[in-house]
Amino acid sequence: MVEWTEQERSIITNIFANLDYEDVGSKALSRCLIVYPWTQRYFASFGNLYNADAIKTNPNIAAHGTKVLHGLDRAVKNMDNIKATYAELSVLHSEKLHVDPDNFKLLADCLTIVIAAKMGSAFSPDVQATFQKFLAVVVSALGRQYH
Amino acid sequence: MSLSAKDKAAVKTFWAKVSGQADAIGSDALSRMLVVYPQTKTYFAHWTDLSPGSAPVNKHGQTVMGGVADAVAKIDDISSGLLDLSELHAFTLRVDPANFKILSHNILVVLAIMFPQDFTPEVHVALDKFLAAVSLALSEKYR
Repeated sequence: MVEWTEQERSIITNIFANLDYEDVGSKALSRCLIVYPWTQRYFASFGNLYNADAIKTNPNIAAHGTKVLHGLDRAVKNMDNIKATYAELSVLHSEKLHVDPDNFKLLADCLTIVIAAKMGSAFSPDVQATFQKFLAVVVSALGRQYH
Repeated sequence: MSLSAKDKAAVKTFWAKVSGQADAIGSDALSRMLVVYPQTKTYFAHWTDLSPGSAPVNKHGQTVMGGVADAVAKIDDISSGLLDLSELHAFTLRVDPANFKILSHNILVVLAIMFPQDFTPEVHVALDKFLAAVSLALSEKYR
Protein backbone atom coordinates (compact mmCIF):
# COMPACT_ATOMS: atom_id res chain seq x y z
CA MET A 1 0.00 0.00 0.00
CA VAL A 2 1.49 3.35 -1.01
CA GLU A 3 1.29 6.05 1.66
CA TRP A 4 0.68 9.66 0.60
CA THR A 5 1.00 12.69 2.85
CA GLU A 6 -1.47 15.56 2.52
CA GLN A 7 1.30 17.64 1.00
CA GLU A 8 2.05 14.99 -1.65
CA ARG A 9 -1.64 14.69 -2.56
CA SER A 10 -2.02 18.42 -3.03
CA ILE A 11 1.20 18.67 -5.08
CA ILE A 12 -0.13 16.04 -7.50
CA THR A 13 -3.65 17.46 -7.76
CA ASN A 14 -2.25 20.96 -8.34
CA ILE A 15 0.06 19.83 -11.13
CA PHE A 16 -2.80 18.11 -12.95
CA ALA A 17 -5.32 20.90 -12.27
CA ASN A 18 -3.06 23.38 -14.07
CA LEU A 19 -1.95 21.06 -16.86
CA ASP A 20 -2.24 21.88 -20.58
CA TYR A 21 -2.84 18.27 -21.63
CA GLU A 22 -2.44 18.85 -25.35
CA ASP A 23 0.81 20.73 -25.01
CA VAL A 24 2.45 18.56 -22.37
CA GLY A 25 1.11 15.24 -23.69
CA SER A 26 2.32 15.79 -27.24
CA LYS A 27 5.68 17.16 -26.07
CA ALA A 28 6.30 14.26 -23.68
CA LEU A 29 5.50 11.53 -26.21
CA SER A 30 7.42 13.15 -29.07
CA ARG A 31 10.41 13.74 -26.78
CA CYS A 32 10.32 10.05 -25.81
CA LEU A 33 10.32 8.96 -29.48
CA ILE A 34 13.25 11.29 -30.24
CA VAL A 35 15.40 10.66 -27.15
CA TYR A 36 14.72 6.89 -27.09
CA PRO A 37 14.18 6.09 -30.78
CA TRP A 38 13.58 2.37 -30.19
CA THR A 39 10.23 3.33 -28.66
CA GLN A 40 9.10 4.15 -32.21
CA ARG A 41 8.57 0.41 -32.69
CA TYR A 42 5.10 0.77 -31.19
CA PHE A 43 4.02 3.50 -33.60
CA ALA A 44 4.70 2.00 -37.01
CA SER A 45 1.18 2.88 -38.19
CA PHE A 46 1.34 6.51 -37.06
CA GLY A 47 2.87 7.94 -40.23
CA ASN A 48 6.07 9.91 -40.74
CA LEU A 49 8.56 9.47 -37.85
CA TYR A 50 11.71 9.78 -39.96
CA ASN A 51 13.29 12.68 -38.08
CA ALA A 52 12.78 14.88 -35.04
CA ASP A 53 10.83 17.55 -36.96
CA ALA A 54 8.49 14.95 -38.46
CA ILE A 55 7.86 13.49 -35.02
CA LYS A 56 7.25 16.89 -33.44
CA THR A 57 4.66 17.85 -36.08
CA ASN A 58 2.98 14.45 -36.43
CA PRO A 59 -0.71 14.93 -35.52
CA ASN A 60 -1.21 11.25 -34.62
CA ILE A 61 1.61 11.43 -32.09
CA ALA A 62 0.23 14.67 -30.64
CA ALA A 63 -3.24 13.16 -30.24
CA HIS A 64 -1.85 10.00 -28.70
CA GLY A 65 0.30 11.95 -26.25
CA THR A 66 -2.79 13.81 -25.07
CA LYS A 67 -4.66 10.51 -24.68
CA VAL A 68 -1.84 8.95 -22.63
CA LEU A 69 -1.67 11.99 -20.35
CA HIS A 70 -5.41 11.88 -19.72
CA GLY A 71 -4.85 8.23 -18.81
CA LEU A 72 -3.05 9.52 -15.72
CA ASP A 73 -6.24 11.26 -14.52
CA ARG A 74 -7.56 8.03 -13.12
CA ALA A 75 -4.46 7.61 -10.98
CA VAL A 76 -4.81 11.18 -9.69
CA LYS A 77 -8.42 10.48 -8.70
CA ASN A 78 -7.56 7.10 -7.10
CA MET A 79 -4.17 7.70 -5.51
CA ASP A 80 -4.88 5.18 -2.76
CA ASN A 81 -5.52 2.36 -5.18
CA ILE A 82 -3.52 2.93 -8.32
CA LYS A 83 -2.65 -0.76 -8.65
CA ALA A 84 -6.29 -1.86 -8.94
CA THR A 85 -7.23 1.18 -11.02
CA TYR A 86 -4.71 0.22 -13.72
CA ALA A 87 -5.16 -3.57 -13.69
CA GLU A 88 -7.13 -3.53 -16.94
CA LEU A 89 -4.77 -1.06 -18.64
CA SER A 90 -1.85 -3.24 -17.58
CA VAL A 91 -3.42 -6.29 -19.23
CA LEU A 92 -4.05 -4.18 -22.36
CA HIS A 93 -0.41 -3.03 -22.57
CA SER A 94 0.82 -6.57 -22.06
CA GLU A 95 -1.54 -8.72 -24.10
CA LYS A 96 -2.80 -6.44 -26.81
CA LEU A 97 -0.17 -3.72 -27.24
CA HIS A 98 2.85 -5.89 -26.31
CA VAL A 99 4.75 -2.94 -24.84
CA ASP A 100 8.01 -3.76 -23.03
CA PRO A 101 7.34 -2.38 -19.51
CA ASP A 102 10.83 -0.84 -19.39
CA ASN A 103 9.44 1.72 -21.81
CA PHE A 104 7.02 3.09 -19.19
CA LYS A 105 9.96 4.50 -17.25
CA LEU A 106 11.38 6.15 -20.36
CA LEU A 107 8.11 7.99 -21.02
CA ALA A 108 7.84 8.89 -17.33
CA ASP A 109 11.33 10.47 -17.45
CA CYS A 110 10.41 12.51 -20.53
CA LEU A 111 7.18 13.65 -18.87
CA THR A 112 9.19 14.75 -15.81
CA ILE A 113 11.50 16.80 -18.04
CA VAL A 114 8.63 18.45 -19.94
CA ILE A 115 6.80 19.35 -16.71
CA ALA A 116 10.07 20.66 -15.21
CA ALA A 117 10.60 22.91 -18.25
CA LYS A 118 7.03 24.24 -17.96
CA MET A 119 7.02 24.81 -14.20
CA GLY A 120 10.54 26.23 -13.96
CA SER A 121 11.65 26.95 -10.42
CA ALA A 122 8.20 25.96 -9.12
CA PHE A 123 9.35 22.40 -9.85
CA SER A 124 11.32 22.36 -6.61
CA PRO A 125 13.23 19.30 -5.35
CA ASP A 126 10.25 18.35 -3.14
CA VAL A 127 7.79 18.69 -6.02
CA GLN A 128 10.13 16.65 -8.22
CA ALA A 129 10.35 13.93 -5.55
CA THR A 130 6.54 13.76 -5.24
CA PHE A 131 5.94 13.76 -8.99
CA GLN A 132 8.55 11.04 -9.57
CA LYS A 133 7.06 8.98 -6.71
CA PHE A 134 3.62 9.27 -8.34
CA LEU A 135 4.97 8.23 -11.76
CA ALA A 136 6.90 5.32 -10.21
CA VAL A 137 3.67 3.99 -8.69
CA VAL A 138 1.88 4.34 -12.05
CA VAL A 139 4.74 2.61 -13.88
CA SER A 140 4.72 -0.23 -11.36
CA ALA A 141 0.93 -0.66 -11.65
CA LEU A 142 1.11 -0.75 -15.46
CA GLY A 143 3.69 -3.52 -15.31
CA ARG A 144 1.85 -5.52 -12.67
CA GLN A 145 -0.28 -7.77 -14.90
CA TYR A 146 2.54 -8.88 -17.19
CA HIS A 147 3.44 -12.55 -17.00
CA MET B 1 25.11 4.07 -28.82
CA SER B 2 28.34 6.01 -29.33
CA LEU B 3 28.49 9.76 -29.91
CA SER B 4 28.08 10.78 -33.53
CA ALA B 5 29.67 13.93 -34.95
CA LYS B 6 26.23 15.53 -34.74
CA ASP B 7 25.90 14.60 -31.04
CA LYS B 8 29.33 16.04 -30.22
CA ALA B 9 28.53 19.29 -32.04
CA ALA B 10 25.19 19.60 -30.21
CA VAL B 11 26.86 19.00 -26.82
CA LYS B 12 29.62 21.53 -27.48
CA THR B 13 27.20 24.19 -28.73
CA PHE B 14 24.83 23.73 -25.81
CA TRP B 15 27.69 23.63 -23.29
CA ALA B 16 29.02 26.92 -24.65
CA LYS B 17 25.61 28.46 -23.89
CA VAL B 18 25.23 27.09 -20.38
CA SER B 19 28.74 26.70 -18.95
CA GLY B 20 28.55 30.18 -17.42
CA GLN B 21 25.95 28.77 -15.01
CA ALA B 22 27.82 25.53 -14.33
CA ASP B 23 28.01 26.17 -10.58
CA ALA B 24 24.25 26.75 -10.27
CA ILE B 25 23.54 23.70 -12.41
CA GLY B 26 25.80 21.49 -10.30
CA SER B 27 24.40 22.72 -7.01
CA ASP B 28 20.76 22.28 -8.10
CA ALA B 29 21.36 18.84 -9.66
CA LEU B 30 23.13 17.54 -6.57
CA SER B 31 20.48 19.05 -4.25
CA ARG B 32 17.73 17.34 -6.21
CA MET B 33 19.55 14.04 -6.25
CA LEU B 34 19.87 14.04 -2.45
CA VAL B 35 16.16 14.89 -1.99
CA VAL B 36 14.60 12.75 -4.73
CA TYR B 37 16.89 9.73 -4.28
CA PRO B 38 17.63 9.68 -0.54
CA GLN B 39 19.77 6.54 -0.87
CA THR B 40 22.46 8.74 -2.45
CA LYS B 41 22.92 10.51 0.88
CA THR B 42 24.84 7.45 2.08
CA TYR B 43 27.90 8.74 0.21
CA PHE B 44 27.89 12.05 2.06
CA ALA B 45 27.49 11.05 5.71
CA HIS B 46 30.62 13.08 6.45
CA TRP B 47 28.98 16.38 5.44
CA THR B 48 27.54 18.70 8.06
CA ASP B 49 24.62 19.81 5.90
CA LEU B 50 22.94 17.89 3.07
CA SER B 51 20.09 20.32 2.48
CA PRO B 52 19.53 21.91 -0.95
CA GLY B 53 21.90 24.82 -1.56
CA SER B 54 24.07 24.19 1.51
CA ALA B 55 27.79 25.01 1.43
CA PRO B 56 29.05 21.41 1.01
CA VAL B 57 26.42 20.76 -1.68
CA ASN B 58 27.38 23.92 -3.59
CA LYS B 59 31.07 23.17 -3.39
CA HIS B 60 30.62 19.59 -4.55
CA GLY B 61 28.27 20.64 -7.34
CA GLN B 62 31.12 22.84 -8.62
CA THR B 63 33.53 19.90 -8.51
CA VAL B 64 31.16 17.63 -10.42
CA MET B 65 30.50 20.22 -13.14
CA GLY B 66 34.24 20.75 -13.45
CA GLY B 67 34.41 17.08 -14.40
CA VAL B 68 31.61 17.55 -16.94
CA ALA B 69 33.43 20.52 -18.49
CA ASP B 70 36.57 18.39 -18.73
CA ALA B 71 34.60 15.65 -20.48
CA VAL B 72 33.21 18.17 -23.00
CA ALA B 73 36.76 19.30 -23.79
CA LYS B 74 37.83 15.67 -24.23
CA ILE B 75 34.67 14.61 -26.03
CA ASP B 76 36.59 12.86 -28.80
CA ASP B 77 38.01 10.32 -26.37
CA ILE B 78 36.15 10.49 -23.10
CA SER B 79 37.33 7.16 -21.70
CA SER B 80 41.04 8.00 -22.00
CA GLY B 81 40.41 11.58 -20.98
CA LEU B 82 38.73 10.63 -17.70
CA LEU B 83 41.11 7.82 -16.62
CA ASP B 84 42.24 9.65 -13.48
CA LEU B 85 38.67 10.39 -12.45
CA SER B 86 37.76 6.78 -13.11
CA GLU B 87 40.54 5.59 -10.80
CA LEU B 88 39.34 8.00 -8.14
CA HIS B 89 35.77 6.69 -8.35
CA ALA B 90 36.86 3.04 -8.55
CA PHE B 91 39.44 2.81 -5.81
CA THR B 92 38.79 5.70 -3.45
CA LEU B 93 35.18 6.80 -3.70
CA ARG B 94 33.72 3.44 -4.77
CA VAL B 95 30.42 4.96 -5.86
CA ASP B 96 28.05 2.29 -7.17
CA PRO B 97 27.83 3.03 -10.92
CA ALA B 98 24.01 2.92 -10.80
CA ASN B 99 24.23 6.34 -9.16
CA PHE B 100 25.85 7.91 -12.24
CA LYS B 101 22.53 7.42 -14.03
CA ILE B 102 20.69 9.06 -11.16
CA LEU B 103 22.89 12.16 -11.12
CA SER B 104 22.75 12.35 -14.94
CA HIS B 105 18.94 12.38 -14.80
CA ASN B 106 18.96 15.23 -12.30
CA ILE B 107 21.41 17.23 -14.43
CA LEU B 108 18.97 16.88 -17.34
CA VAL B 109 16.02 18.01 -15.18
CA VAL B 110 17.96 21.12 -14.09
CA LEU B 111 18.89 21.92 -17.71
CA ALA B 112 15.21 21.64 -18.68
CA ILE B 113 14.26 24.05 -15.88
CA MET B 114 17.02 26.58 -16.53
CA PHE B 115 17.05 26.47 -20.34
CA PRO B 116 13.52 25.47 -21.41
CA GLN B 117 13.84 26.90 -24.94
CA ASP B 118 17.34 25.56 -25.66
CA PHE B 119 16.87 22.11 -24.14
CA THR B 120 15.05 20.77 -27.20
CA PRO B 121 14.49 17.01 -27.75
CA GLU B 122 17.48 17.00 -30.12
CA VAL B 123 19.75 18.58 -27.51
CA HIS B 124 18.27 16.26 -24.85
CA VAL B 125 19.18 13.10 -26.74
CA ALA B 126 22.75 14.31 -27.42
CA LEU B 127 23.25 15.22 -23.75
CA ASP B 128 21.69 11.98 -22.52
CA LYS B 129 24.15 10.03 -24.70
CA PHE B 130 27.04 12.25 -23.59
CA LEU B 131 26.30 11.80 -19.88
CA ALA B 132 25.95 8.05 -20.46
CA ALA B 133 29.39 8.07 -22.12
CA VAL B 134 30.82 10.00 -19.17
CA SER B 135 29.24 7.52 -16.74
CA LEU B 136 30.72 4.63 -18.70
CA ALA B 137 34.16 6.27 -18.68
CA LEU B 138 33.93 6.79 -14.92
CA SER B 139 33.25 3.10 -14.37
CA GLU B 140 36.14 1.99 -16.66
CA LYS B 141 38.50 1.10 -13.83
CA TYR B 142 36.00 -0.56 -11.50
CA ARG B 143 36.81 -4.14 -12.40
